[in-house]
Amino acid sequence: MIEIRVHGRGGQGAVTSTELMALAAINEGKYAQAFPSFGPERRGAPVMAFVRIADGPIRTREKVYQPDVVVVLDPTILKIVDVTAGLKRNGMVILNTSKDEEEVRKTFGIKAKMALVDATSIAMKQLGRPITNTTMLGALIKASGVIDIKSMETPLKKRFGRIAEKNLNAMREAYEQAQ
Amino acid sequence: MPKRVGIEVSLAASEAACAADVDVIAADPVTPQTHIVEHLSELVADGELDAEFMPVESEHSAMSACIGAAAAGARTFTATSAPGLALMHEIVFIAPSLRTPIVMVVANRALSGPISIWNDHSDIMAERDCGWIQTFAENGQEVFDLIIHAFRVAEDPEVLLPVIVNMDGFTLSHVIEPIEMLSASEVSEYLKPYNPQMVLDPREPITMGPVGVPEMYTEARYQAESVLNGSKKVIVKAWKEFAKLYGRSYKPIETYRTEGAEVVLMTMGSVTETAMTAVDRMREKGIEVGLMRFRLWRPFPVQEFRRAVKGIKALAVVDRAISFGAQGGPVCSKVKSALYGAPDQPQVFGFISGLGGRDITVEMFEEIVKKAIRYATKGKGPMYELIGVRER
Amino acid sequence: MAKVDAITGWKDLEIGCAIIEPGSSRRLKTGDWRSQRPVTDRDECIKCGLCWIYCPDIVYSPTRNGYFKWNGDYCKGCGICAHECPKDAITMVMEGE
Repeated sequence: MIEIRVHGRGGQGAVTSTELMALAAINEGKYAQAFPSFGPERRGAPVMAFVRIADGPIRTREKVYQPDVVVVLDPTILKIVDVTAGLKRNGMVILNTSKDEEEVRKTFGIKAKMALVDATSIAMKQLGRPITNTTMLGALIKASGVIDIKSMETPLKKRFGRIAEKNLNAMREAYEQAQ
Repeated sequence: MPKRVGIEVSLAASEAACAADVDVIAADPVTPQTHIVEHLSELVADGELDAEFMPVESEHSAMSACIGAAAAGARTFTATSAPGLALMHEIVFIAPSLRTPIVMVVANRALSGPISIWNDHSDIMAERDCGWIQTFAENGQEVFDLIIHAFRVAEDPEVLLPVIVNMDGFTLSHVIEPIEMLSASEVSEYLKPYNPQMVLDPREPITMGPVGVPEMYTEARYQAESVLNGSKKVIVKAWKEFAKLYGRSYKPIETYRTEGAEVVLMTMGSVTETAMTAVDRMREKGIEVGLMRFRLWRPFPVQEFRRAVKGIKALAVVDRAISFGAQGGPVCSKVKSALYGAPDQPQVFGFISGLGGRDITVEMFEEIVKKAIRYATKGKGPMYELIGVRER
Repeated sequence: MAKVDAITGWKDLEIGCAIIEPGSSRRLKTGDWRSQRPVTDRDECIKCGLCWIYCPDIVYSPTRNGYFKWNGDYCKGCGICAHECPKDAITMVMEGE
């Protein structure tokens, strides 16, 4: 079982990203759970959302306290939230940033494995808006390999309708760029 | 073939009502039940469900409208959560008294105050004695299945009682997970069209809900009580038939790894799955622990319960609500009273946890089991204990 | 032995305590607790029908010639008809013993 925690700000689509990921995994025949950190939703406030993906039934209902992967949709979150809290020993942080790895490590003292992608730039280019959830999914899938990127097509198309293609392009570009 | 899909559990609950081909839905949106009602209104507006959707102004009205609809012979559905259920309280008691087979999903939420939108069982425990059949779901699949089952039982001519299906708010209602959905045609094999025994019809007028004078109130209440107790055999039979048709079987009391168990955890609702993981972990460490949970809460399955605890030395009952001033939780109190006078009683230790949306984690279940083992060895423990409460 | 006030056994009640015979309350003649009864002076009556409209127990019914007939089976003698009559055509008189 892989446990993922997504950090973002209200309105950036953290919850949606976890839902799409779970739907894609379930369509692959896997088991998955996606759920938000329940609370009064406020645009701009730091929020969390969770996904679990496994080959067999998932039998736990607690929040994800020890994630395998942490996804950070918004770089400004790093200043106010310890995104690595509870991260498993070999866990990974996937970060939306325009900075390079050395600078990020120095500024925020992150020691864990990292994958970086400039999702804001990609999202601005592909979507015209700095909403990075679908973009970051590309980086997450690349770095975790937990599902096939092709599985994202159906849930994204269902969710976004006529703007699905733009979101798919953003996701694919991040998939290529993530490192 | 049933379709396995990823879906939010709330939407699956709406789809279950849709597959049951309900005639009338009267409901008011309230967190965390909101998505159920929203989706049902969508299904009706889109023409996917041929039903009357009544967007009432309060839950008091919702239940009143449901009773009217069911009295007129309609298959009736509603859903609510804590404050809504509390506002409905007066009318909730009238539905079983009139023998109206309404099905209601309660997305369990804490009652205020302090104001809380999060999950526990204080809302439903306040309606414990309302005369409805009450079941508890542990996951999304069970929510779907128990709703279909609820209609079948409610409308049985031997029962004709309303049914509450409990599903934990947020912890279930807002989770996306895989669920095998049955279509309306698949459900129709199990759930025949509602054939009411008695309807409000101006062409053949009858009076439903007349005054119950002291000379007959006792008899009227005893009818309701005796039908509720008698409904258990219909409930069990309907589960057996469900298993035959769809392959998933349900029992009033479910057990998990109780064989040879020194201590058995008792839970209700979605924390059961977390508790199972805790049991697995402790069994790996050689701790002989099992799990038992009530799927059927009312009518309380007393014989099944007494049979299930035979040979068990200690029970650790985990309540998700406080019975204020009663020195314990409602489930534990019921467990103790159900055991009174039974031979070879296990020792019972009460724990309360998971209030107002706080997680009960695997570690907390392990702590509960450890405490129960310690108390059982000593032969005594506290009346009850709040797990996870910060002292200072 | 405890005193049992019940009028019927629980097994004999209809489902949900319903009353399945329509209009059965007609058999319950509520007029017998009356101490006064209304008497209409038809010379004064203008056939306005206010007694018929106001009567809480619907004991007046219109007749073919336009007057209103009183039914003593259900009249409790409340006097509302006498109070409302615009011509004071209705008088409340004591019931005999």
